[in-house]
Amino acid sequence: MQLLMFYLIGFFAVLSAVSMIVVRKPLNSALFLILNMICLAGLFALLNAHLIAVLQIIVYAGAIMVLVLFVIMVLNLREKDGDITVRKVAAQFVGIIVVSVVMVMVGASVDPSAISALGSASPEFGTVVGVGKTLFTDYILPFEIVSVLLLAAIIGAVILSKSKV
Amino acid sequence: MDIVIPSISFSAIMPELVLLAVGILILLLDVFSEKHSGKLAYIAVGGVATALFFAMTPITDPSTTFAGLYSADRFTQFFKVIFLIGTGLTLLISEKYAKENNINHGEYYSLILFATVGMMFMAGGADLITIFMGVELMSICLYILAGYTRARMASNEASMKYFLLGAFASGFLLYGMGLIYGITGQTKLVKIAGAISANSDNMMVLVIGAGLMIVGFAFKLAAVPFHQWTPDVYQGAPIPVTAFMSSGPKAAALAAILRVLVEAMNFIQVDWIMWVSVLAIMTMTVGNIAALVQSDIKRMLAFSSISHAGYALVGVSAATSDGVSAVMFYMLVYTFMNIAAFGILALVAKANEQNTSIDAFKGLFRTNPVLAAVMTIMLFSLAGIPPMGGFMAKFYIFMSAVNAGHLGLVLVAVINSAIGAYYYIKVIVAIYFQENPEKPEPVKAGPSLVFALLVSVIAVFVLGLMPDCYLTIAGKALLPF
Repeated sequence: MQLLMFYLIGFFAVLSAVSMIVVRKPLNSALFLILNMICLAGLFALLNAHLIAVLQIIVYAGAIMVLVLFVIMVLNLREKDGDITVRKVAAQFVGIIVVSVVMVMVGASVDPSAISALGSASPEFGTVVGVGKTLFTDYILPFEIVSVLLLAAIIGAVILSKSKV
Repeated sequence: MDIVIPSISFSAIMPELVLLAVGILILLLDVFSEKHSGKLAYIAVGGVATALFFAMTPITDPSTTFAGLYSADRFTQFFKVIFLIGTGLTLLISEKYAKENNINHGEYYSLILFATVGMMFMAGGADLITIFMGVELMSICLYILAGYTRARMASNEASMKYFLLGAFASGFLLYGMGLIYGITGQTKLVKIAGAISANSDNMMVLVIGAGLMIVGFAFKLAAVPFHQWTPDVYQGAPIPVTAFMSSGPKAAALAAILRVLVEAMNFIQVDWIMWVSVLAIMTMTVGNIAALVQSDIKRMLAFSSISHAGYALVGVSAATSDGVSAVMFYMLVYTFMNIAAFGILALVAKANEQNTSIDAFKGLFRTNPVLAAVMTIMLFSLAGIPPMGGFMAKFYIFMSAVNAGHLGLVLVAVINSAIGAYYYIKVIVAIYFQENPEKPEPVKAGPSLVFALLVSVIAVFVLGLMPDCYLTIAGKALLPF
């Protein structure tokens, strides 16, 4: 059952990711991105990471994507055909080759037995309690660095968007 | 529910805490009192000096703290000193520039300090997560700083380009980290090494993961072929920011590469030595050849900084404790000479960066003989001519690579430093032997710039003539050799 769910959600995740790149209108891209993020939330939930799954939907599929949609509407982008140059085609070609080589190499060479030998996670793993506990004890340092990072990002947003400095 | 708080040693991250406190203080001062705006740079320099004091407090036994996420050892300390020197010099050369270009805000200085904190966490991180957070903190501050002079289009372009490509590079870095975590189940560097030695199936994925991480760091280091953003960003950013970006973050990227490769990836040493050697050869060659044809000094120094990253990579590929200490020494010397050269450029280019081409330097000897002499010393040092520090730095790098058996690599490096001498000397020729038809007025350096240049000149000579004591400090720094 779990495996079936994984394949189903995984299929839609990949499908929405590809469509997001392929479709022409930015608005449609954004909508596909929301679908992709919801699928990812499903995958997280399957991996027992409940908190991350909920956050993924609230923060990414909810708050951030609303912002993205607003920006797209405000900017009023027009559909425009990009020039297809040799360089662009070559770049896409190389990109596809590199990604598929990496994927095939990773996929073919992973030995599942070695990974299952790492042992299973504790029952608390991924729950709100578990994440909170880890975040505020073992990972307190990165957690605090993130707060500085957000401060820097806020300062940056203010500076770059002020009309007159 | 039992909660165990891990051992936390605040003294290990004292320099970071000081910089953060001063950064926030400057932000608040700027908001609440107008009259201090002229002193912001000096307050920031004071903070850096205090942090430097804490960073130099000797550590007797290396240890990790914050539940093994942060290592307090000499390696971290040495790099912290390099970052703080770079930041201090940048603030000193910023002071006049910021006032002339109307960017003398608290935010500007705070962001520089926060970026330095990020670099320190990159050098001190004993865990992939700490290192990644350090990379992001540093990068976000730099994206903003690159676009700080918003009146100039080039600056906006620099910020946008740097942000897009930098975010892309972070993706590579994170993907590599993810693969390594997926295989070993660990994010702590030492435990990754342990997991690999205990179970060396899945080697292929580890190699790919390490490769992707090197790609991510090479973007930040501006190593060829991941350097495409560098010339435009370095040219577009305000000059003091360019000076800052081309010294501190490069050293931080090198520190992170060294830590990850040496502490966690020693088992695939053969692979990464090969990659780093290839990167080094391409970086040196492309950087030097592209610098040859530049007539804009800012762009030339940008390419020269690419080639210097290449020399440092030669030391990394030696993969010995000598190599590591040579890299650390190199970055120390490079910080002084690079920022001093940019500081003089900021002065000669005048307000709003009117003229950063080589013409601005023509006849500088006639108008400002002392400034011309200082610029000559810095350019000779960058070119690697004795008795300046740049020579000793290159010498130790090449020697460590020869001892590790990379003769071909050193040959390429030596040829490259000969090519490099040409474009540095081109500037010196302009300074001394060419007339400026516009007959410009002498430029006047403020006290902070004079102080920065004085410190740099002394340091370049001291490091060139007496490198031993610094090398021994650097030599004891690392790690599991």
